Amino acid sequence: MSGTYLGMPAFPAAAASSTQDTRLRANLRYATHTIRDKRARAVAELDDWARLRAAGAAVKDRTLRHLDHYLEQLEEAVTAAGGQVHWAADAAEANAIVARLVRETGEREVVKVKSMATQETGLNRALAEAGISAYETDLAELIVQLGDDLPSHILVPAIHRNRGEIRDIFRERMGRWGRPAPEGLSDAPNELAEAARLHLREKFLNAKVGISGANFMVAETGTLVVVESEGNGRMCLTLPETLISVVGIEKVVPTWQDLEIFLQLLPRSSTAERMNPYTSMWTGTADGDGPRTFHLVLLDNGRTDTLADTVGRQALRCIRCSACLNVCPVYERAGGHAYGSAYPGPIGAILTPQLRGTASELDASLPYASSLCGACYEVCPVAIDIPEVLVHLRERVVQGGKVTRRGVKTVLKPAKGHAAERAAMRAAGFAFGHPGVLRAGQRLAGRTRRLHPRRLPGPGRAWSDTRDLPPVPAESFRDWWRRTRGEERGK
Amino acid sequence: MRVALFVTCINDTLHPDTGRAVITLLERLGVEVGFPEEQSCCGQPQFNTGYRHLTEPLVRRFDRAFRDYDYVVTPSGSCAAMVRDNYPRIAERATAEGRDGRELAEAAARAVPKTYELTEFLVDVLKVTDVGAYYPHTVTYHPTCHGLRMLRLGDRPRRLLEQVKGLELRELPGAEECCGFGGTFAVKNPAVSAAMGADKVRAVRETGAEAVCTVDNSCLLHIGGMLRREGAAARPVHIAEILAATEPDARKPAGTEGSPR
Ligand code: SF4
Repeated sequence: MSGTYLGMPAFPAAAASSTQDTRLRANLRYATHTIRDKRARAVAELDDWARLRAAGAAVKDRTLRHLDHYLEQLEEAVTAAGGQVHWAADAAEANAIVARLVRETGEREVVKVKSMATQETGLNRALAEAGISAYETDLAELIVQLGDDLPSHILVPAIHRNRGEIRDIFRERMGRWGRPAPEGLSDAPNELAEAARLHLREKFLNAKVGISGANFMVAETGTLVVVESEGNGRMCLTLPETLISVVGIEKVVPTWQDLEIFLQLLPRSSTAERMNPYTSMWTGTADGDGPRTFHLVLLDNGRTDTLADTVGRQALRCIRCSACLNVCPVYERAGGHAYGSAYPGPIGAILTPQLRGTASELDASLPYASSLCGACYEVCPVAIDIPEVLVHLRERVVQGGKVTRRGVKTVLKPAKGHAAERAAMRAAGFAFGHPGVLRAGQRLAGRTRRLHPRRLPGPGRAWSDTRDLPPVPAESFRDWWRRTRGEERGK
Repeated sequence: MRVALFVTCINDTLHPDTGRAVITLLERLGVEVGFPEEQSCCGQPQFNTGYRHLTEPLVRRFDRAFRDYDYVVTPSGSCAAMVRDNYPRIAERATAEGRDGRELAEAAARAVPKTYELTEFLVDVLKVTDVGAYYPHTVTYHPTCHGLRMLRLGDRPRRLLEQVKGLELRELPGAEECCGFGGTFAVKNPAVSAAMGADKVRAVRETGAEAVCTVDNSCLLHIGGMLRREGAAARPVHIAEILAATEPDARKPAGTEGSPR
């Protein structure tokens, strides 16, 4: 796995190979089950969880409906507090803005605190191409970066690694990026944490530029908020002279009172904590405290297009808690990399094909990366009906339809490769619309049942590779009814 | 009380025994059950695969077939959930697309309140948990995703099973996890589906139960197919067939009559 998602195979193919990886599956199963059980306990402590969840969804929906208004309010407040706001329509633009801002400081190194938005835009690679080294400082992100790997989970990007693997990565790779791992490093968690602490401390103390994301932006005061567990984020936010925050436009909330709801929903849903250990907030710049210069890069990259879709827009409510990943049986088996984007799991399956469109084979396969079991919807703290959006996007893939791309309304053609399915669905539709035809088909199947293969040809073959088909009964229910009851009661 | 059986297309074609069991059971409880032959499919396969517009005629057909009945009972959690959750949505989407969804909305409004999954109908409408069944076997219950999360069946199926004479209910480890069927998911993502199914089957085998039961034959098709492939002793049984069984049936060796799965 090298540091890019481009050129990933479609989900079924990627997942087929990752399900074979027994170590990956064991790591994932252990980690997701532990955290999902803890989350369930943390949520059960609150008797108003259902109301909090509804409130969270309502605030996000209201904000999204008036997003233009709140973003302008935010820009005004940030500017008034001494910050500068930059608008980025897409990933390339965001990366170019950040690279320019870093270059203007004259620095060639930056420290980063975990930010999904810059994962989404591939910022590190873009900075490297501009001759700038970006150091990830979130512990899990550091593991991913040192391992020349990709994150596979929203909250725990290195969830696919176990302690032994992490020790090996630290031993072999830390030295190349800065302070090497201590001699004889074991896989004890405290030793691993200490090695990371020493390695990172050096980076924090030397860095002149920090790059961050944000969990929330409060429009009324222009305040940005990061919640985290390690304190590394706070170092990145306070020590450098220049701070550049790259944030998706959907992260705005109108007021501090609204923020209160999310500061309850997020920690319990994500880390199963009552309150996250560090909540850092920053508003523009302040004399003698923190960075001298503050830039906010507001990232669109498909978000306003997503907003134009009345069913799909609920994906923008997401607060990236990762609860849906931890309960998803598909994520658990396939692993995060199979989703081919910064957003894996159920939320990735609905967000990525909206942000990127469904043109590539990978993106068109994502809405099918679910058995629609509904576990994701049940845990989502902002009540995103992920199964509803999945089905909606499947419709877009197989039928095409109206979408907005880069602000322009267009009509999508159906994706290729669904012609046989479409024909079968129409034929089934015809039979279901004409019970006489259905009956004839059932009778034919019943009469020829001895000839039926136990394994299917064509697209069904993979199914019958691991399962045996049941034999078709001699008589359908419909025929049995007519034969035994039809005279007296049926038509 | 006019009650109709909505047998569903899968049961109609592949599991007629389940439909017959519902008739036997309800008649034993004194309910006269009709079977309007105009019925066909709830539209779930089309809807879930992205062919929503193909489901619109099926919504109308459902309404026509069951219009004269007070209750529609179906031995399928997922089909009941399809009617209840998605029929109103189908009407809404039609309206949102600028077509006249009023007729669909009316059809949905008639269909939704009277459509019951079998165990719901028994517990909530007939208010029985002891249906006079006899099934001298060890059984484990898998709560299907649609039964669990969309219909919120809760402990209704278990309460019914607990009253069955001779039946020993065994706890299924990780019961709430999806079995991996998911309709076309099994075809479109066969590797993940099989991995999920393998875990479910392992859990079923761990219980040592003779039978695994659910409120939905589609999940049983998947679980049963894997059990059969592995040559496991446990057999898949629809809950209706357990609840319909009585003492005289038990003299016949179980699972030999009708259509084996
Ligand atoms: S979709 Fe919901 S559960 Fe999943 S990460 Fe977003 S907020 Fe959390």
